[in-house]
Amino acid sequence: MQKLQGIAVSPGMAIGEALVMGNEGFRIPRRFLARDAVEDELDRLNRAFDAATAEIQRNRDTVARELGSEYGAIFEAHLQMLRDPRLRNELEQMIRERHYSPEYAISRTLRRYVKVFQSLESGYMAQRAGDIFDIEKRLLRNLLGRRREEISSLTSPVLVLAHNLTPSETANLDRRFVRGFVTEIGGAGSHTAIVAEALEIPAVVGTGPFLSDVSGGDVVIIDGDQGLVILHPDEETIARYRHELEERRTMTARLESLRDLPAETADGVRIQLLGNIEFPHEVAHCMERGADGIGLYRTEFLYLGAEEEPDEEAHYRAYSAVLEAMGTRPVVIRTLDLGADKLLDHAGDEERNPFLGLRSIRLSLRNLPMFRTQLRAILRASTQGDVRIMFPLISTMLELRQAKMVLADVMEDLEEHGIAFNRALKVGMMVEVPSAVMMIDHFVSEVDFLSIGTNDLIQYTLAVDRSNKDVASLYTASDPAVIKLIEIAVNAARRKQIPANLCGQMSGNSIYTMLLLGLGLRQLSVPPSAIPEIKKVCRSVTMGQCEAVARHVLTLENARDIKSFLKEELKKVLPEMVG
Amino acid sequence: MSMRSTRTVVVTNPQGLHARPADLFVKTATRFASKIELVKGHERVDGKSILSLLTLAAVAGTQLSIEADGPDAEQALDALAKLVEQNFAENEHVHE
Repeated sequence: MQKLQGIAVSPGMAIGEALVMGNEGFRIPRRFLARDAVEDELDRLNRAFDAATAEIQRNRDTVARELGSEYGAIFEAHLQMLRDPRLRNELEQMIRERHYSPEYAISRTLRRYVKVFQSLESGYMAQRAGDIFDIEKRLLRNLLGRRREEISSLTSPVLVLAHNLTPSETANLDRRFVRGFVTEIGGAGSHTAIVAEALEIPAVVGTGPFLSDVSGGDVVIIDGDQGLVILHPDEETIARYRHELEERRTMTARLESLRDLPAETADGVRIQLLGNIEFPHEVAHCMERGADGIGLYRTEFLYLGAEEEPDEEAHYRAYSAVLEAMGTRPVVIRTLDLGADKLLDHAGDEERNPFLGLRSIRLSLRNLPMFRTQLRAILRASTQGDVRIMFPLISTMLELRQAKMVLADVMEDLEEHGIAFNRALKVGMMVEVPSAVMMIDHFVSEVDFLSIGTNDLIQYTLAVDRSNKDVASLYTASDPAVIKLIEIAVNAARRKQIPANLCGQMSGNSIYTMLLLGLGLRQLSVPPSAIPEIKKVCRSVTMGQCEAVARHVLTLENARDIKSFLKEELKKVLPEMVG
Repeated sequence: MSMRSTRTVVVTNPQGLHARPADLFVKTATRFASKIELVKGHERVDGKSILSLLTLAAVAGTQLSIEADGPDAEQALDALAKLVEQNFAENEHVHE
């Protein structure tokens, strides 16, 4: 059994078979063989070895001819590895006695060697790991040939383990069968994280290297709450997680009974509980749980999943689908919130500090045709329901005014062309940069609503990159400075009588619900999966309790005290919710 | 008739028993019918398996015992010991 600690980016737990994505984006399958297939598979193994040997010999000859025989000799060691009698014995034994597929046997055996080499103290020897990977790749390529399994053709549930998942790889995955993600690198804002959350499956990123320890088909546990990945779990651990999963299922079933009840405190204060979504199909997840609307519709996927920049119709179709499903309930569409590095056609310089760079609204204001396309589509869709527009990452008044000006301009354009839209559509901003909070009294006069995005607000307030493992522990919504900023923003909105919403991950975590209500929030936008739990908290507390909690929290001076206090308070109300 | 024999050598080439020397060692060892094993401290590996040899991480200065068991054990040990002592003939012309 081996435990890996990564960054928890999407909650939940899963036990299942690993699908290991190879370096070249293909999976390394495990297939147990039928008894009568063994001889054929051994033939296949031999042919793959022969083909790989021939390839290496050709490489050797070419290199020797072009560069001289001493260079060609490098390949001799590779050939020798393919001839290694022990390796061949081990493989044949696995296939013959354990009925492993050749692919699985190869990847398992060679990865064990890689591990040994990586552990060697001599740097030169450790480099041999690269040679082994090379041979593994060569053999697998020959084995899989045209049959090389694409990740798009899954047939049974899997947990996807990869070094990193590109947007196109995640887009190609057959989502019906993916039960969880683990990636060696990546942070909380990574694409994997967003997709996992949208799919409501657990995900852990940034575990560091581990793929050489695992092969396709191995049993793996992903604990998305703790950011934990367990390879080769023992029986006891599996039993423990099974039990936990069972408990959660029971809890979920119980919470489902809340679906048609309003999110209302015990003393009758109505809370608007909204869903965060990325894909139109998630509207169903929200409706199933009785969401009051969509508080955050992220539109990045339109840009990431496609081959080219989405046109107005692609935007329009997506928005229409969401609106149709939501009827008269509000849908807050956030304009593009991407970094320059993630855009397809942006082949420009790599930013040294992308979180402080050309991202989000800054990127939109710099790419006006793209921005206008999105705004036109949102406006056109605005006749179909209660659409609201939200600009992300506003950090100065000038940015907000520029964005609003572009919007006004697009409206004028539509009017000229006689295209219908809702002129009274509400326009709001995300509050996720400390400068916006400092200037909040000015901002509230120029927007119809605020939405506090805690993920970025925490990162910018505490100057922490939460994908950096060395400092990630500083990143917490419990930090008193973060809570203070939320309080300031909420109070400013209340004075101006405009709604304030909170849509970061903080809002989906039940330990913060009492605090947030106590601070004066009456809207929370959460991942659809969190709706029942947050609703349960709302219905179990009184506003008096919440305000007392908030008052006390505002007197505390460190994150740890705040977090443990909040846990205790929640425990008093709903002991079963605090693990 | 089977014979079992041991020879102790010290790896002296600067890179140690890395890929090419290991390849040459295996190539030489496989010319003989005898079973060949390399022993470093408590580790014992098959002298005809390059992957096993590499896991020894025998850097320069490592003392190794070569064990041969079989009809041509002595000849095998002579050839292998010579190979190691001559730094795996890393000069191109010797290695012919």
